Amino acid sequence: MTLKEIAYRNLLRRKAKASFVLAGLVIGVATGVAVISFVDAMTEDINHKLEKFGANILIVPRSESLTLSYGGLSLGGVSFEMKEIQESDLARVHSIKNARNIAALGPLVLGILTVDRRKVLLAGVDFSVSKVLKPWWQVSGNLPKENEILLGAEAARILERIPGQTLPAGDGHLVVSGILQATGSQDDHLVFTRLQTAQKILGKQGRISMAEVAALCKDCPITDMVRQLSEVLPDANVMAIQQVVKGRMEMLSNFRKFSMGISAVVLLIGSLVVLVTMMSSVRERTEEIGVFRAIGFRQSHVIRIIFIEAGILSGISGAMGYALGLGAAHAAFRLLYEAHSVHMPFRPELAAGAFLLALCIGIVSSIYPATLAARLDPNDALRAL
Amino acid sequence: MSAIVGENLSKAFGWGESSVCAVKNISFRIDFGEFVAIMGESGAGKSTLLSIMGAMNAPTSGSLCVDEIDIYRLGIEHRADFRREFLGFVFQSFHLIAYLTVLENVMLPLATVKKNRKRKREMAADALSWVGLSGKEHRLPGELSGGEKERVAVARAIVNHPPILLADEPTGNLDTKTSGEIMALLKKLNHAGMTVIMVTHSHECSRYAERILQVADGRITEAGEACRCPATPEDG
Repeated sequence: MTLKEIAYRNLLRRKAKASFVLAGLVIGVATGVAVISFVDAMTEDINHKLEKFGANILIVPRSESLTLSYGGLSLGGVSFEMKEIQESDLARVHSIKNARNIAALGPLVLGILTVDRRKVLLAGVDFSVSKVLKPWWQVSGNLPKENEILLGAEAARILERIPGQTLPAGDGHLVVSGILQATGSQDDHLVFTRLQTAQKILGKQGRISMAEVAALCKDCPITDMVRQLSEVLPDANVMAIQQVVKGRMEMLSNFRKFSMGISAVVLLIGSLVVLVTMMSSVRERTEEIGVFRAIGFRQSHVIRIIFIEAGILSGISGAMGYALGLGAAHAAFRLLYEAHSVHMPFRPELAAGAFLLALCIGIVSSIYPATLAARLDPNDALRAL
Repeated sequence: MSAIVGENLSKAFGWGESSVCAVKNISFRIDFGEFVAIMGESGAGKSTLLSIMGAMNAPTSGSLCVDEIDIYRLGIEHRADFRREFLGFVFQSFHLIAYLTVLENVMLPLATVKKNRKRKREMAADALSWVGLSGKEHRLPGELSGGEKERVAVARAIVNHPPILLADEPTGNLDTKTSGEIMALLKKLNHAGMTVIMVTHSHECSRYAERILQVADGRITEAGEACRCPATPEDG
């Protein structure tokens, strides 16, 4: 017979009380784990969705002029002489510290093309990264190959072209390979072709007008990436699409704070359940504790018995709470986001955290009942019966 | 010779005018190896005196020395150590732990002792054998008769071989026949060298003691030799 065995046997004997403590802690820990897992999964999901929004960093030539447009309204007749970026300089983008966070880099050359006496904006793009940079694009027909062209929805309407027809461009003709379905963006008014084709037509070989970058910034602040890009491209102006990034971060941060607050309240309630249940258990065991003290158990031995009981229950609660919390987060995510595949892997640090948190709450909540039990006067405890 | 020596022991409960003095300026000496009965009417102060001797109830004044150790000068934890090493308790209402088996109840005082499990089990089995309960190790207290429970309580009290056994009304809840068996057991332990101090108001039981301390109104009114002990099974 050891103190551990006494504690274990007492737990087995008082299953209802043990279950009550267990339930209190499991709910508390599970809530915490569920919230953390849910927020993390949501962060992952939002990051994933934001990737679908395409580029979130723009690299444009440095200009000393001020923009003369507001809210999409440009002052007519004003033109800007912009420097252009050397296409070869873009290779330096992949040398930045957070290069692994770059999902796609899309160079873009822009120029004016005259078709049927109308001026249209020709954009030369790298179609191999268009799925990442322009994931909302839906094409009726095919993406352009060499000497082919893709028309924005409005451009196709105004120029009265359908796939298969041709369009004069430079010294030759380009075949319309497809038409973009309306996006509601400026893309509707543009005509697109391969970067090299556009550079050739516009006489801008080796030069680009701008570049779009899709950055995955779950683990890095996007402002850091902007700084790093500015360092490697000193002649370019690197800008983050701040509203999207800040809005996302702020929303997640607020949600995380709110969720943590709720978890803290639930954990507090859980610890009160432990406290009250352990107090009641100590009161019920007055005789037993009196006998322990009378036969030579020290106060520290009695405290140890109570702590072992709390420790066993808390440890089990930690493990159960983690499993339950992860399951709940999984279920909630599937329910709220209607996602069929949620990736919530086993995270040892979260499991260890849940275990330690439960242990900590269990032990801390048992300090007062344990002290009360240890201070029971053996004579009073036995005489009071 | 080692002895339990109480000097001018007093114990008052409560404060001010409402305080009640259960033990009043009592002095005594009990040599190791004696079998002493403390007798008196209900409320005379005998159980209070026994709890003072048991290092569980600090006197309001006076001192209690066991083997020249002033018990109430020890700290609370050291007093617990003293109880574990020097004293065995037998309570009137057994106070067995209901969810532990007979063997586990007997092993309880060894729970805080650094001995291996096998040795602890051997010691508990020896104690049970002493009280005649071999074969009932794995029963729960609820499955035992009153006499058997008292025997388990005695086994628990002697498992770690303390020099002193304190028994508070050990036969209070038992019939005459079983009382006789328990008293014979206590006598047997005394014969084996254990000091036995027993509170009782049964004259029949007091016959087993060598000496009687008669307590009335918190004072020892009479200290004398007991009547001749009736024949025990061992006496043959």
